[in-house]
Amino acid sequence: MSAFIPFFILLPTTAFLLSMLIPKAQERIMSILAYSSVGLQLLAAIGFSGFWVYNGMRPINLKEFSVYKTGNYDFFIDFYFDKVTMVYMILGAFVTFLITIYSRYYLHREEGYKRFFTTILFFFLGFNLIIISGNIETLFIGWEILGVSSFLLIAFYRDRYLPVKNAVKVFSIYRIGDIGIILVMWLSHHLWHENISFAKLHNAELVHEHLTQNSWVGLVIAMMIYISAAAKSAQLPFSSWLPRAMEGPTPSSAIFYGSLSVHIGAFLLLRMYPFWEFQTGFRVFLAISGLMTAVIATFVARVQSSIKSQIAYSSIAQIGLIFIEIAFGLEEVALIHIAGNAFLRTYQLLVSPSVVSYKIREQFYEFVPRENTIEDSWPKRFEYALYILSLKEWNLDSMMYRYLWNPLKKIGSSWKILNFKYVFYFAGSTVIAGIILLFFRDSIDEKYRFNLPIFFSLVGLMIVIKAFTERDSVRKSWTLIALNHITIAIAISFNEHFDFMHHVWYLSGIVAAWLFGLLLINRLRRIEWVSLDRFYGHVYEHPKIGFWFLISALALSGFPITPSFIGEDLIFSHIHNNQIGLAFFTALSLIINGLATIRIYARIFLGPHVKTYHEVAKRSS
Amino acid sequence: MNIDKSHMDKVIHDLKHYLPSQAPLKDFIHHNTLHAFQKYDFHVGLNKANKIFGYKTYLQIEDYRRLYNEGKINKKIVERFLPENDSVLWWNKLLNEKFDENSSPRCGELRSQWKINYQIDLDSLVHPTLFRVLSSYLDQGISIWNFPVIKGGFLNSLKELESNQFVSFFKSDRVKKLLNDEPSIAFLLKILVGDEQYFEHYLFDQQFSHPGYSGMVSVLSDNTKALIDERPIKLEDFIIFELLLEIDALDNYFGSIWAPLGSKINTVITPIFDEVEKTELTEIRRIWQESFEWTYYDEVLNGLVNKQFSEEKNAQLQAVFCIDDRECSIRRYIESEHKAAKTFGTAGFFNVEFYFQPAHSDFRTKVCPAPVTPKYLIKEVETINVNSKDFHYHKSSHGLLLGWIITHTIGFWSALKLVGSIFRPVQNAAAVSSTRHMNPESELTFENRNGEKTDDGLQIGFTVSEMTDRLEGLLKSIGLVKDFAPLVYIIGHGSSSSNNTHYAGYDCGACSGRPGSVNARVISKIGNHPEVRKELKQRGIEIPESTHFVGVLHDTSRDEFAYFDLSVLSTENLKRHNENVIVFNKALDFNATERSRRFVVMDTNRNTKKVHSNVKLRSVSLFEPRPELNHATNTLCIVGRRSMSRGLFLDRRAFLNSFDYQVDPEGKYLLGIMNAIAPVCGGINLEYFFSRVDNQKLGAGTKLPHNVMGLIGVANGIDGDLRTGLPSQMIEVHDPIRLLAIVEHFPEVVLKTIQTNPATYEWFDNDWVRLVVIHPETRSLMLFKKGAFTEYQTNNQNLKQVDDLLGELIKEHNNLPVFELKN
Repeated sequence: MSAFIPFFILLPTTAFLLSMLIPKAQERIMSILAYSSVGLQLLAAIGFSGFWVYNGMRPINLKEFSVYKTGNYDFFIDFYFDKVTMVYMILGAFVTFLITIYSRYYLHREEGYKRFFTTILFFFLGFNLIIISGNIETLFIGWEILGVSSFLLIAFYRDRYLPVKNAVKVFSIYRIGDIGIILVMWLSHHLWHENISFAKLHNAELVHEHLTQNSWVGLVIAMMIYISAAAKSAQLPFSSWLPRAMEGPTPSSAIFYGSLSVHIGAFLLLRMYPFWEFQTGFRVFLAISGLMTAVIATFVARVQSSIKSQIAYSSIAQIGLIFIEIAFGLEEVALIHIAGNAFLRTYQLLVSPSVVSYKIREQFYEFVPRENTIEDSWPKRFEYALYILSLKEWNLDSMMYRYLWNPLKKIGSSWKILNFKYVFYFAGSTVIAGIILLFFRDSIDEKYRFNLPIFFSLVGLMIVIKAFTERDSVRKSWTLIALNHITIAIAISFNEHFDFMHHVWYLSGIVAAWLFGLLLINRLRRIEWVSLDRFYGHVYEHPKIGFWFLISALALSGFPITPSFIGEDLIFSHIHNNQIGLAFFTALSLIINGLATIRIYARIFLGPHVKTYHEVAKRSS
Repeated sequence: MNIDKSHMDKVIHDLKHYLPSQAPLKDFIHHNTLHAFQKYDFHVGLNKANKIFGYKTYLQIEDYRRLYNEGKINKKIVERFLPENDSVLWWNKLLNEKFDENSSPRCGELRSQWKINYQIDLDSLVHPTLFRVLSSYLDQGISIWNFPVIKGGFLNSLKELESNQFVSFFKSDRVKKLLNDEPSIAFLLKILVGDEQYFEHYLFDQQFSHPGYSGMVSVLSDNTKALIDERPIKLEDFIIFELLLEIDALDNYFGSIWAPLGSKINTVITPIFDEVEKTELTEIRRIWQESFEWTYYDEVLNGLVNKQFSEEKNAQLQAVFCIDDRECSIRRYIESEHKAAKTFGTAGFFNVEFYFQPAHSDFRTKVCPAPVTPKYLIKEVETINVNSKDFHYHKSSHGLLLGWIITHTIGFWSALKLVGSIFRPVQNAAAVSSTRHMNPESELTFENRNGEKTDDGLQIGFTVSEMTDRLEGLLKSIGLVKDFAPLVYIIGHGSSSSNNTHYAGYDCGACSGRPGSVNARVISKIGNHPEVRKELKQRGIEIPESTHFVGVLHDTSRDEFAYFDLSVLSTENLKRHNENVIVFNKALDFNATERSRRFVVMDTNRNTKKVHSNVKLRSVSLFEPRPELNHATNTLCIVGRRSMSRGLFLDRRAFLNSFDYQVDPEGKYLLGIMNAIAPVCGGINLEYFFSRVDNQKLGAGTKLPHNVMGLIGVANGIDGDLRTGLPSQMIEVHDPIRLLAIVEHFPEVVLKTIQTNPATYEWFDNDWVRLVVIHPETRSLMLFKKGAFTEYQTNNQNLKQVDDLLGELIKEHNNLPVFELKN
């Protein structure tokens, strides 16, 4: 029976790959492929679940295969199926199936029909990979796919400014969620001394034993899980991204932000439940944060004058309640709540355009001039203040700017005195110096050697911040990103003796992606002006170069299409569990690294086209 | 302040003139998108709009060349527009030369200096707050907790809201203080811009960075009644708020000391309304556009003069339709199914102008052309309330605890509804149905006997002589003054659709975007009124006693007829009616089939019944962005006897207005017709034109990501500006060709008629609507140009004759040429 599980991944993978091959003009074939494959998944999921329930509902763990194994390090793909998986799988296939049929007509003649369905299938693959994953490594692959497909669907109308801007914004919040997962993976290595599977987490004794030995590690892991879950499920303090993600065609907003993607945070919590079950402090924290989100999001929802943001905040509020239910260990209640919320918001989003005719008609017949709300009975000053605060979304969006992007920008621009050329040469020479130093690694005094990793990781961080804030040269920024990876590799090499092959794993994909990307940029530069000071929208005339550049950008940021992905995990396994600083800087480097590459892609290829011989939308639209 | 107030007032006035004038969604009415340029010649205006605002006003040269290669632009026609001596040179320019078609608009140039000289992106700092506050203030019913203060206008309400002293929209103390000082626009501009010569340019730059919201404010400031829940607002207030937000952003960024924009400008900024140069490109565009248009016009004119001219027969069935281009084909089918049928066209309010107040509502809705202000009210009485509800729109689903219960319970009901709406779409509470406008079983207070008036001075119903005036006007203007058939159908139209924010644009334009059912019913009741007939007889029109008028509603998306008040028919007429219904049903099946060829995905086959039932599904399907294609492809307006166009296939591209020059030799009724078709048909045509050539700036873009803002407009996402114009789904099959009005009358009468009303004359004089007159006696064509008529010669192509229209329709889903139908 368990042998059937890989089918749930193979089917979406095949459908996704096939969809890439279908010619653009073939709307019919494209949509048939999409809904029939998802429909098949739905039938299979229902059949399988029925069989599984009949057989006593025992969780299934299936270690699929090892991707890379050395010493006590084993990167393996693992699948797990339990009640939570079952609910999410049927829910996901059901909603996606309906949405593909819906979109079949809805998107007829839309520019990007194929792109839409391919992205939906890609998303579907990522979603299933997450929910069926048996260990955190497998989950992370799906997690990354979900992030990228989200980016692509928010920026579906890539020739307008706001969708692209918001796609980058949402992507960056997702990257924060990724930090959480990366650090969880790192700490887990040290906690369990292996890449642990979720099945083993159910061994309460084992978990308990490890946690009592390392109680702070347990708490940090739990908090990291919370950050990842909160980012994906738009809980405090990340909530403001959800309404801003509603830039794509309505059905894609419905499936992503109404139902499936937004409940993945809750899934992560449910999946890791056995891990934090005995950490009372964390459970209290989770419940309180859920309650705060629920209350604040409700007020924000109440003042929204746009239908989609109202639905978004209502959904966030319900997910806040779901977090409370999870904190109390009410798994079944949470699952029912998740399904109900997903269905309700999906439908509300799909019928949202009808709200005009419905409400206008209702008003026409039953107009009540101004309904008194509960807030009207409060003291005026308090009422007004709360209203303004809610309208400003409790400053959640501006907070993201103030505490995340502006500091980065400030750091980047404070080095403006450092001419970009110097930074470039400095980075280059540091890397060369580092490599030379490495040969004499063992003769370096212990005292210095201990600090070298931190030093190099800081240099790496500086390099990547510079790459992220660069406003001019594409090629230099692109190269700095690659150098960032190399600096990280050097930093870790000072930390510990390890197999040279690990470097090969890590850097092979990076170097290839860097070269390929450089080639594409050069090609584009021969025909067009490119720079990073604004959005150029070159995808309008050069969609092919754009596509391949996206691939190389993903590869350069360590997306699971090259061995570098495993390399990243390997690199972390060489950071000791007392080197929080090193782990943090390295993780931060990787996060900004991913942002910098996607930013380069967005700036060159997306946004309003720099040429205006054709229709170009206003920036504000 | 040495800048005087009257100057600023003029700038505001100009701004309002140039901003989009689109009303809230519920009152969507078509109009010329570039109405502000209508005082110029068409091509001059388009060139100006392009240079000043960066609108794309023509197709790309590449598109014209493709049309030329596909044979949709005729070589001979192009040659008419080329200078005779060096046509080789011009041909080369037209076909091969590369032109720089990038536009660098003047509007926006000044404000872009913030970015260049201050490295600050004001728009992204200001717009989100600006839009959010405004849209919350105007919101008509999406938010649950409304804007807490609506008192003394926008700015005063804001001031009151800001008085809480805890939380503010502003960060800078200086700005908080400024808000309470009631600053003038000029005062704030002095802080921001400094140099007075830039004030006007700055305001244009600023307001045109979000024309959607500014346009909405401008419309509402002139007409507060446009919203059910009124929100007093002035454009000046809105501008002041925006200026304050800008100063706030700058204070926050640079501290309180920064130099005004004007002091840092080191380039030449061309004043926004300076003369716009003509270039070679503008000439090339003009030639291509004119050639494209005349290739089609010529084909139509050729068809009109070369087709068999059929004299009128005694009709057994007469049907008066709306002038609407969507009725063009159904009329053709009725006439081909029933040889003794005769159809007419006129503006779909049927010459009865009034407000309609449905039963169970305290509100009225205008059901006549937008510029008309009626003095009459007709109420719907004696009916039950049949509104159905849908909890998905209910506010409680957004509450915290109720939401918790709802998601746990009704949430699963949504799943079933979702499955249902995808696999078996049916009529539902959320959909718009044309038949819901009025309950057919109700009574209408159309007659006034004792002079009843409402409190605000509207007369309830018409008196007998008022009714007679209206009926006489209608009949004379369409030339139906004798030979009445036993049954005269008066057919208004409306449209049903689902999940459609622009639903109001689908109904009858002559009824202010409402279905024409009430008007059709009222005029039929008037026509059947014995006293009216008596008085009409005295005025020379005798309607036989055996004749009955029947009001009908044609649902243009579903292709269904609903008949009203059949109980008044005599037994013979009821029998005749039942026979006619068979004809109508057949015609409707054919009509639906003809429409379906444009939907491409639909399987068009010879089984018209099956196709028709598929077409009906579109109107209730949530996932169908094109329930019908509305006025897409409209290009013609024919004013004359039906015999002029009967038997000619015009592919649903013509507004058809019946008119008989013999009945109206002096052009008295013609004046009314021309006054209506210029703004109504011309407005529709040009809105389609500009939404098509620049769907991003003048149209609304694709409707798929649209988000409803405050029930008044749509935006993309949540931080976007309101989108004006038509969504791409409405215009994608439309060819941007100006309206050609073709009038059957003597040229001198037509000239005198259009010159009577300067507003109407402007449309023709500046070529925003083209005009050709067919001489009723010689049948020669006279083209109106620069204030006079000159004879026009067609290219004399062969007029293709077609036996099997259905076969032609199935073959092609693009525009078809003009045919003469043989049967």
